[in-house]
Amino acid sequence: MRVEQHTRVAAPPERVWDFISEPLNYEHFMAGITRWDVQGEQRTGAGARYAMRMKVGSAEVGGLIEVVEFDRPHDLAWTSITGIDQRGRWRLRPRADGGTDVTLRLSYHAEGGLLGVLADRFAAPIVGGNLKRSLAELKRTLERQDAVIAAG
Amino acid sequence: MSGFTSLVADQVQGRVPPADLHERDPDFLRDNLPWLWMLASFYFRAEVRGLGRIPAQGPVLLVGNHSGGNMAPDTFIFTLAFSTFFGVERRFYQLAHNLVLAYPPLARLRKGGTIAASPENAAKALDTGAAVLVYPGGDWETHRPSWESGRITFAGRKGFIRLAIDRNVPLVPVVSIGGQETALFLSRGDRLARALRLDRLARLKVLPISLALPWGLNVGDMLGHIPLPAKITIQVMEPLDLRREFGPDPHVDDVYDEVVARMQRTLDALAAERRLPVIG
Repeated sequence: MRVEQHTRVAAPPERVWDFISEPLNYEHFMAGITRWDVQGEQRTGAGARYAMRMKVGSAEVGGLIEVVEFDRPHDLAWTSITGIDQRGRWRLRPRADGGTDVTLRLSYHAEGGLLGVLADRFAAPIVGGNLKRSLAELKRTLERQDAVIAAG
Repeated sequence: MSGFTSLVADQVQGRVPPADLHERDPDFLRDNLPWLWMLASFYFRAEVRGLGRIPAQGPVLLVGNHSGGNMAPDTFIFTLAFSTFFGVERRFYQLAHNLVLAYPPLARLRKGGTIAASPENAAKALDTGAAVLVYPGGDWETHRPSWESGRITFAGRKGFIRLAIDRNVPLVPVVSIGGQETALFLSRGDRLARALRLDRLARLKVLPISLALPWGLNVGDMLGHIPLPAKITIQVMEPLDLRREFGPDPHVDDVYDEVVARMQRTLDALAAERRLPVIG
C-alpha cells in the first residue's frame, strides 16, 4: 500500500532539506510519530539508522529503518530493517517562485494474506492523515521561521 | 468418588502440553497481527499507553489484571501492542490457564507464545531473556462480576512476586479496563465449582454465570462468547526494581501489597476517565 501527500513550502529546498534531515525534528513535526531515535554513531546521511514508531489505530507500528538515499536537497529515502515492511521517501523539487514542492511517500505491507491487504487498506486513511498533518506542520514551521526572520 | 476425581484430574493434566519455548513462531505472529490490529483498532477501539516504559531489552515480568471472562480481550490487545512496538522478533510469552492450552481449537496459541501458567515455565522463559506476561488473578479475576470492574483482584496469589525476586528481573504492572463490560458478568459461581469439585478436576475455582452473546444466560463460558465492543484501555506503568525499592531481601507480602495498591490507583484513574459503559 502506498500513501502519498504533497505540499508547497515558501522556502528554498535547502532549508526544507536541513529540516527534514535532522532526526531531532521528527517527533515534533511528524504526526503520529511517538519515537524517532538515532541508532548507532551515524546521525544523518545514507546508512543512518533510526528506531521509529508511528501510532496507527491501536498499535505503535514501525521498527528499525535505514536511510538508503541521501541526495541533498532532492531525495531522502529509507527502508525497514525490522518491524513492518516499509519504504519512505521525501522528494523536494524547486519552484520558479523560490519555494519547494514537497512530496512525502510511505509504502508499507502487512503479512497475513487477504487480511493483511485489508489491514493495509484500513490503515491507509490513518497513515495518510498523519502524513498530511505532518506536511502542514512542516510548512507552518518553516514559513513561520521565515516570517520571524523577515520581521526581525 | 475421590478415585474418579483423581482419574479425571490426571486426564485433564495429561492433555496440558509441556512448555516448549521453541514453539513460538515470529512469522505466525507476523501473519496474525493484521486481523488482531483490525479487531483491536475498530472493534475494541483499544488504546495502549506507556509501552516505552518497558525495558527495551532483557527479561521482564509483566503483571496484568485480567478481564472479560474466557474471551478476555486484554491479552490479545497487549500481545498485538507489544509485538508491533518491539517487533515480533523479541521473545514474549503469555502464561495461560492449563485448560486454555488443553483445548484443541486454541492449540495454535502456543505459536503466539502462550505457555501453561506455572512458576517453572515462567522461570524457564525469563531465563532465556524473554518478556513474560502473567495474570495472577487468572480465572478468579476475569470472571468477577461486572460491577467489580474497577477492582484489582489477585486473590492473594503472590507467586509472581517470588518469581521476580528469584530471577532478579524488573516487574512492570500493566493495568487494563473495559474487559468486564464485554458481557454482563453476574457471578463467579465459585460455590457451584466447589460443589462439582472442578477445583480438583481441572484447577477451576469458578463456574461463571453471565449474560453474554449469543447464548443469553451463559454458564461456565466454556465455549466462549461474542464480546461486546467495549472500549479497552491499557496502561503500562513504571517498572519496579524490587531490590532497589524494597531492599536486598524483599518481603513478598510488602511487595504484593505495594504492587496491588499502585495498580489499583492506576485502575481508579482509568475508571474516572470512562463516561459510559461499553462506549468508554
